[in-house]
Amino acid sequence: MKRILTAVLATAILAACSSTPTKEQDGAAVEDRGAAGSQPVTKPPVATGPTTTPLDPKGVSGNPLKDPSNILSKRSVYFELDSNVVKEEFKPVVSAHARYLQQNRSQKMTVQGNADERGSREYNLALGQRRADAVKQMMQLLGAQSEQIETVSFGEEKPKATGHDEASWSENRRADLVYPND
Amino acid sequence: MNPDANWWSHRPDIRIKLPAFHQKKMKNLKTILLPCLLSLGLFLLAQNASAQLRIEVVGGGATQIPVAIAPFRAEEGLAQRLTPVVMADLARSGLFKIVDAGGMNPVPHEPEQVNYAQWRARGADAVVIGAVTKAPDGRYDIRFRVMDAIKQTQIAGFVYFATESQLRLTAHKIADVIYEKLTGDPGVFATRITYIVKRGPRYELHVADADGFGAQSVLASNEPIISPAWSPDGTRLAYVSFEQKKPVVYVQSLTTGSRQAVAAFRGSNSAPAWSPDGRQLAVTLTRDGGSQLFLINADGSGAPSRLTQSAAIDTEANFSPDGKSILFTSDRGGGPQIYRIPVGGGAPQRVTFEGSYNVSPRHSPDGRSFTFIQRNGSRFNVAVQDFATRQVQVLTEGGVDESPSFAPNSKIILYATEVGGRGILAAVSSDGRIKQRFTADVGDAREPAWSPVVNK
Repeated sequence: MKRILTAVLATAILAACSSTPTKEQDGAAVEDRGAAGSQPVTKPPVATGPTTTPLDPKGVSGNPLKDPSNILSKRSVYFELDSNVVKEEFKPVVSAHARYLQQNRSQKMTVQGNADERGSREYNLALGQRRADAVKQMMQLLGAQSEQIETVSFGEEKPKATGHDEASWSENRRADLVYPND
Repeated sequence: MNPDANWWSHRPDIRIKLPAFHQKKMKNLKTILLPCLLSLGLFLLAQNASAQLRIEVVGGGATQIPVAIAPFRAEEGLAQRLTPVVMADLARSGLFKIVDAGGMNPVPHEPEQVNYAQWRARGADAVVIGAVTKAPDGRYDIRFRVMDAIKQTQIAGFVYFATESQLRLTAHKIADVIYEKLTGDPGVFATRITYIVKRGPRYELHVADADGFGAQSVLASNEPIISPAWSPDGTRLAYVSFEQKKPVVYVQSLTTGSRQAVAAFRGSNSAPAWSPDGRQLAVTLTRDGGSQLFLINADGSGAPSRLTQSAAIDTEANFSPDGKSILFTSDRGGGPQIYRIPVGGGAPQRVTFEGSYNVSPRHSPDGRSFTFIQRNGSRFNVAVQDFATRQVQVLTEGGVDESPSFAPNSKIILYATEVGGRGILAAVSSDGRIKQRFTADVGDAREPAWSPVVNK
């Protein structure tokens, strides 16, 4: 039991750590930051004194969204050039998240669309938005509700790969599924 | 003298037309005081002196007007000498050949001191002379004349009263007068530009003089900033910031530094474009699904009104100078092309037909043409299309040009490009002949926009 508690605690602390804002997000010298950086940090569910914790049905304690063996930990959908079609290989990921939202009606999610660097920044912003919208549309068909999902775009502004070749570009034609406490 | 014809007054706070040499009666000169919003406002915001931009001319006009600028009397003692700035402005434009003014004895400061035969021997078609004196109120009295070396007459003459911090701006104003009198087009040396600098993870919105000097950061963020756009009166910038983890449109005052989110709806908010009266912005919103054009009030009040209705991408709006129509990018026909829609309602019409990728339209201030980016194979170039003839001219040969915008005289197009893997700003004359490069000390420069001419 003690070992399980330790494991739960460790997982929770890891989760808390990973949701701490990175240095990049701190201290933008701007006013009216609004929602920026105001997301609450997850508190580890520290138990006071010995308590028993029933195992959940899957036998995994902690957050299924963070469990590397759970498909819900997969968060990226990649696209072909000039395309917003969700490819076969990414449909299981999209449907798993749709199911998760269906089962957790209070859960919110943001789908962040991205585009490669070629061409107009604003047009690329719209292309990224179209990819995010395509993912949302599929999730709605699979049971998620529109209010649960906000789609936004980073266009070419936040590239995951910074090279100037097809390998980088294909990495950046992407939509990411992001939960509030990620 | 004639007090009503050709009286100009604009910043720095006073400009008075000088009478021609033979009508030398100064007592009728009027003074008109104007607030110097431009200098004051920006200096309030001054942060650390930022990386300066340097401009090099990489192509020249076919014919250049030979002009000599004699050093102004008593300018050596100034914190900022005037004639070197005037000469640099004119030379950089590519339209002038600066004739050596050294070794003249005496150096002419007044019309009667001009030895026209000597200047003609040096090849000068025009000679600029001037003098600086300290006025009783502590400001500088700066007067200059443009003399026609062939006809031996005065082309223009003005007096400025300027404080020390306005000396550089005064020099740009003088260069504007010379440019206008000798080319027939308004000068744009006394205007400003804005652009984004990216240094590592840091993004800064900069405002600099049109010659790249005096660059100041007016916004710094660790999240991207794109699409800055000048308000028609030059006192505000609209832009897109990602600081809220999504694109949101802000309007920021350059005089007070205050800023306001004016489009922060569900989804993405981007591509702000000012209406000519400065009251409205056309923006791209995704709140109703898809990327569509909406009109919002520039102060963020009221509800957006939808301008386009399509299942496609509609973005990158830009108002015509008369405010009646909007150019925008849409892929409703397949690939992205440029369309025009009446602001009052009506069906959009496609205006670009050459090539499969035409984006980022911006009207020329004279309303006759628009600039845009055209993809040719894998290259993205600055192009201009004439509204009347529909003729397209591709102006650049680079590979990754972006974000073109006209100077207020419709003669120069400022854009972003890349050299050696670094983002830089560049400019090309609207006939494609003269090219300039702006190089910054560090970081990537991108997303430039040229200010309007203010208070002229």
